[in-house]
Amino acid sequence: MYKILEKEYFSEKVVKFIVEAPLIAASRRPGHFVIVRTGDGGERIPLTIADADTDRGTIMLVVQDVGVSTHKICALEPGDSFTDLVGPLGKATDIRRYGTVVCCGGGVGVAPLLPIVKAMKQAGNRVISILAARNSSLIILEKEVAEYSDEVIIMTDDGSAGTKGLVTAGVESVTGREKVDLVVAIGPAVMMKFVAKTTAGYGIPTMVSLNTIMVDGTGMCGACRVTVDGRTRFVCIDGPEFDAHKVDFDEMIMRLKSYN
Amino acid sequence: MTDKNTLSSRDSQWRRQLRESVPVKERTSIPRVSMPELDAAYRVTCSREVNRGLSREMAVLEATRCLDCPDPQCVTGCPVSIDIPGFIKNIERGDIHEAASVLRLTSALPAVCGRVCPQERQCESKCIYHKMKKNPVAIGYLERFAADNERYNPATVAAAAPAAPEKGVKVAVVGSGPAGLSFAGDMRRRGYDVTVFEALHEIGGVLKYGIPEFRLPNEVVDVEIDALRREGVKFVRDCVIGKTLSFEQLMDDGYAGLFVASGAGLPRFMGIPGENFIGVMSANEYLTRINLMGAGKPGHDTPVLTGKRVAVIGGGNTAMDSVRTARRHGAERAMIVYRRSEAEMPARAEEIQHARQEGVEFLTLTNPVEYLADESGRVCSMKVQRMRLGEPDESGRRSPEPIPGAVDNIDVDVVIVSVGVSPNPLIPNAIPELEVSRRGTVTVNDETMQSSIPAIYAGGDIVRGGATVILAMGDGRKAAAAMASDLESRLQ
Repeated sequence: MYKILEKEYFSEKVVKFIVEAPLIAASRRPGHFVIVRTGDGGERIPLTIADADTDRGTIMLVVQDVGVSTHKICALEPGDSFTDLVGPLGKATDIRRYGTVVCCGGGVGVAPLLPIVKAMKQAGNRVISILAARNSSLIILEKEVAEYSDEVIIMTDDGSAGTKGLVTAGVESVTGREKVDLVVAIGPAVMMKFVAKTTAGYGIPTMVSLNTIMVDGTGMCGACRVTVDGRTRFVCIDGPEFDAHKVDFDEMIMRLKSYN
Repeated sequence: MTDKNTLSSRDSQWRRQLRESVPVKERTSIPRVSMPELDAAYRVTCSREVNRGLSREMAVLEATRCLDCPDPQCVTGCPVSIDIPGFIKNIERGDIHEAASVLRLTSALPAVCGRVCPQERQCESKCIYHKMKKNPVAIGYLERFAADNERYNPATVAAAAPAAPEKGVKVAVVGSGPAGLSFAGDMRRRGYDVTVFEALHEIGGVLKYGIPEFRLPNEVVDVEIDALRREGVKFVRDCVIGKTLSFEQLMDDGYAGLFVASGAGLPRFMGIPGENFIGVMSANEYLTRINLMGAGKPGHDTPVLTGKRVAVIGGGNTAMDSVRTARRHGAERAMIVYRRSEAEMPARAEEIQHARQEGVEFLTLTNPVEYLADESGRVCSMKVQRMRLGEPDESGRRSPEPIPGAVDNIDVDVVIVSVGVSPNPLIPNAIPELEVSRRGTVTVNDETMQSSIPAIYAGGDIVRGGATVILAMGDGRKAAAAMASDLESRLQ
């Protein structure tokens, strides 16, 4: 079970896996995540599902090697299996025909963004995708995103691909020229915080998918809690997507450092 | 199943002879047995079980204290009406296997209940000895003794309850905690094809992630799970019903009934300032990291925050489990912070006593009102309001009220919030037609545990909102009996 069928390096630290998980492939929807565990003493790590193939019974996961557990995951090879893989968890994205939707992905956040881009396009939206990263080698899934986007804007910190600048500059380049009905932002917490700040200025509804620390992923532990609109919410069962303008990002960024 | 009457009837010849063999006066002059336990200074250095269990001699002597009352009140104090004198008298006559068999008739997990039931509020509170101003018979210790004897004796373990002929009917269980396990065992023994779906990667629910090793060793739980497996119960881990598989899919797969025992789940917080600072966490998170994920043990990747000064907010068993765990994880100052007095604490008397022996401080009539943190957001201090007891509230407990101006600061490195749990909304959200109460618990018929959807039954904390292992187990048994009779009438 949970066998890895394919592995591809997007960059030195970012790995794509195609994993056998037929039940999850069949029941998952955009926005859902899974919890994986590697080895008997392994940690439970939440990963958003990047794509699924119901015919093959597989899901796609993209993992960035940033710590002990993600390092173990990235060392897995085709033929190896995850010790545990459970899901799909969380609430699915509210996919509707909004009009024009700007989808922003920062770094490895493009992976969870991909199914939303796809579904938003299929729901009849005009989709403008903004992919942002430090440099060109860290831009992932550009082709896949482009397939379902009316336009793709690439932003890099060093200008090695697309336009030099932050994701927020990309957002403003769109809002400056046309009416935007919804912004979806997924990436590092600080990136989502600044996208939220930018769009709040324009009054554009904005949705973010939060990647907090979790243990069980089913509402039991509360490690993932965030303050949204002054209330404590659990990312695992109330989210992972929330109204960006109501999320207390500073608290979330602080809590992400709990085990640093 | 073995005929209950021949085992435990009070009128059977052996019971009569046994009663007459020792005069009442002699029985009542025996002092209540003390549970052998590990030395407090040693046990805080490890996770070994504190209570060591009675020796056979101790158990037989304690069983002799039981007067085999004609109208045994202890049974009325047991939520599942275990035939208490029936198993105790079997211990007295030395037939421990038979004693365990009597227990098995009503309890799916006697080795667990013998360890974690609040006997002093249930069976033992009704014991005739109270009328004599003496300590009650140690029913819980004896239950544990009989169940453990069974477990350590391979010859008896092999002789599992004889299964009924296969019915060829599939039933599903959501959750592998006490309610789910007892339901699964009962249905299997009735000949049903039972599959238990567990969301976590371990089977056992709260018995594994919640109750610590020093109070309930995993081995005790695993023996029960292995026994169910041998009887043919199937377990599927990493499967969230309502997410991985929907209720409709289960029905399409041919499951004739579903028992929802998904537990209480969501930890409650108090909603006071600073509660989301680093180092403030729910008891569920703390205990899950340590008990389920092995945090702090070599070869386990899951971290847990520790500190020299740990405050646990609450006065229940989970609070005691947390504070005693904190002592074992290096807390020099481990504190229970509880807004009422010790008399109102819901924890078992034994847990409170063990905690005190282990050096836990009890700050009663004390309520946190705010947490303060250092510049990195890590909690460093808590502001507490001193309380006094006022008039009794609707639960009959005297309600605490703040003493004006009595506010103190206490330095803390870790705060563990253990103020209760709310029902997990996962299943109710996934099955919108399922009727739930305003509190979010699944609404059931009290007698049958049947929900508003005829094929779905529910029990344990998802129905009760936070109760005990024995009540959850009782729900599982009730639901199994009712579902089986419903299915049988439909199948005919």
